[in-house]
Amino acid sequence: MSQTKESTSPVEAGVERWKRETLKPVLDRHPESKKRFESVSLEEVNRLYTPADIEDVDFSEDISFPGEFPYTRGIHPTGYRGKLWTMRQFAGFSTPEDTNARFRYLLEQGQTGLSVAYDLPTLMGYDADSPLSEGEVGKCGVAVSTLADMEVLFDQIPLEKVTVSQTINAPASVLLAMYLVVAERQGADWKKISGTLQNDILKEYIAQKEWIYPIRPAMKLVTDTFEFCTERVPKYNPVSVSGYHIREAGATAVQELAFTLRDGLEYVEWGVRAGLDVDKFVPRVSFFFNAHNDFFEEIAKYRAARRIWAREMRDRFGAKSERTLQMRFHTQTAGVSLTVQQPLNNIVRVAIQALAGVLGGTQSLHTDAYDEALALPTDRAALIALRTQQIIADETGVANTVDPLGGSYFVEALTTKMERSALDYFAKIDAMGGMVAAIEKGFPQREIQDSAYQYQKAVERGDQVIVGVNKYAMSEEPAEVPILVIDESVRDHQVERLERTRGSRDAGAVTNSLEKLKRAAANDENTMPATIEAVAAYATLGEICSALRDVYGVYEEPAF
Amino acid sequence: MTDKKIRVLVAKPGLDGHDRGAKVIARALRDAGMEVIYTGLRQTPEMIAAAALQEDVDAVGVSILSGAHNTLCPRIVQLLREEGLTDCLVLVGGIVPQEDIPKLKQEGIAEVFLPGTSTEDIVKFLRNNVKPRE
Repeated sequence: MSQTKESTSPVEAGVERWKRETLKPVLDRHPESKKRFESVSLEEVNRLYTPADIEDVDFSEDISFPGEFPYTRGIHPTGYRGKLWTMRQFAGFSTPEDTNARFRYLLEQGQTGLSVAYDLPTLMGYDADSPLSEGEVGKCGVAVSTLADMEVLFDQIPLEKVTVSQTINAPASVLLAMYLVVAERQGADWKKISGTLQNDILKEYIAQKEWIYPIRPAMKLVTDTFEFCTERVPKYNPVSVSGYHIREAGATAVQELAFTLRDGLEYVEWGVRAGLDVDKFVPRVSFFFNAHNDFFEEIAKYRAARRIWAREMRDRFGAKSERTLQMRFHTQTAGVSLTVQQPLNNIVRVAIQALAGVLGGTQSLHTDAYDEALALPTDRAALIALRTQQIIADETGVANTVDPLGGSYFVEALTTKMERSALDYFAKIDAMGGMVAAIEKGFPQREIQDSAYQYQKAVERGDQVIVGVNKYAMSEEPAEVPILVIDESVRDHQVERLERTRGSRDAGAVTNSLEKLKRAAANDENTMPATIEAVAAYATLGEICSALRDVYGVYEEPAF
Repeated sequence: MTDKKIRVLVAKPGLDGHDRGAKVIARALRDAGMEVIYTGLRQTPEMIAAAALQEDVDAVGVSILSGAHNTLCPRIVQLLREEGLTDCLVLVGGIVPQEDIPKLKQEGIAEVFLPGTSTEDIVKFLRNNVKPRE
């Protein structure tokens, strides 16, 4: 019989003694500045963490060694000592010519990977000349309507060597097809191409809301890319399961963790149902998290994420390969935390957030530019953002040792607490029938809206401080910063190329390929081969998405 | 008629799907006792003007973060005026560069609220500026 734990442990007794003898007299003389201390997620944080807070955390089961299950301390035994994280700055604006120039500039400055931001018409599957695109062409990212734009975008960038991440979701399969055709025409071998397609449609319905088709056919398109890439482009990550946008929409750290990982499980389930072998395709499922202001909460989130993923892959799916169990993720600093007021302060926020990502063991990192709350970054702002990462990597010494915060009473207790809270959400979502069903019920959407509102109220009460906004605000801004302006001539430029492309292509080949695509969609076949044929014939993004809309219909957001 | 509730249409024009701000504002205005109608995403200026007319609102709050404000916002004002909604206030919230603000105001936008604005300031602005109805 094991002894029931009724008496306090020596550690707990020590904590009680400290409270009585040392803490209380001080509190009596100098009360703390507030009753409740809380994280940016409005979670209470204790005064002190001691071994008593991690008595139920087992070193070998829960923490372990880097490169070993459950990977809490990272997936590489050598951390960043072998290879630093990839510095991957998200960029895209205006015409493909302008973005191509920014890419080449960033590569010259020591950036090690590329990440494409597309404009809203592209994200929504509309061509530059669609009436719905008016005012939006090239504004939030680069405008791409056909393969001709993609050829310019990657001109003189060797796709077999440079890894490219593409932020595209609802029409992701089309942009993947364009990318592959450009690579092929450069002479690149698809088997050697690596890079990432965001292709995370679930978080679109949950948070970012750039959708086209209803949720189930959209999931089918995602699964098509899994199947296709597993066979034909085996080093490519066909999905980046993204918590970033969930957090930006107002989720707490726990909600970001829980909804993102549950989305990941949903993709794995769909892949398995399509007949894919977990240990073959899941190693290419990657993740993408936010790095927000609350330093330790963020670090605990990344550590918890790896631990949960490893356990779920083993227990839910019987995964055996190490690569399946190891969660790899990209991190981006929190755009939502940046302020219009005193914008240079944002450089400091970004540096601290980026440091959390690094201490959390991210595989790649985007640092936001200080002018993000004003507009798309200027060259100067983009350069400082990249330099911030380089300073962390080369000057601070944080990359010298693996998981430097492992074993911290606070960080370990928080890691375990976040894991448990995420599992509570999993149980709720599983009971609803999975993530697709939960989204159809509006569950994650409502949870996030509530958190966003609670946070706003906390800011307005002054409980959450934003320097320069609700504390230390200045009536005269000390620094005006130059901003990047994208004018309407971008649209004319893009429409001109689009018209030229439409005029010079083989119209019969376009029509045939679009018909073939519709048949593949209607017959539940893999749509990737027909999509590739269509883009190679210079069918436009709008034409391809419109063909799929004819078959699948469009998503209507339920009111909630 | 001072106790008549202020009616506000919260609108999301263009292709932008970032609706965190729109939803927080809608809820804050409701909590402040106003009647709020939210259009949902991806509304054209024509759809927004039609909804404003149909719902007979005192103000339209346009949330836009995509950079398309110079194209879309003045058109919303123009369409509202054409519909005869001459007193209906049009407010804009979102990512709008400082230098665009005077131009937007010239085009009839009552106020532009940038990130970091307190919802209380927006409530106050509406209470002070919505014209009492006959």
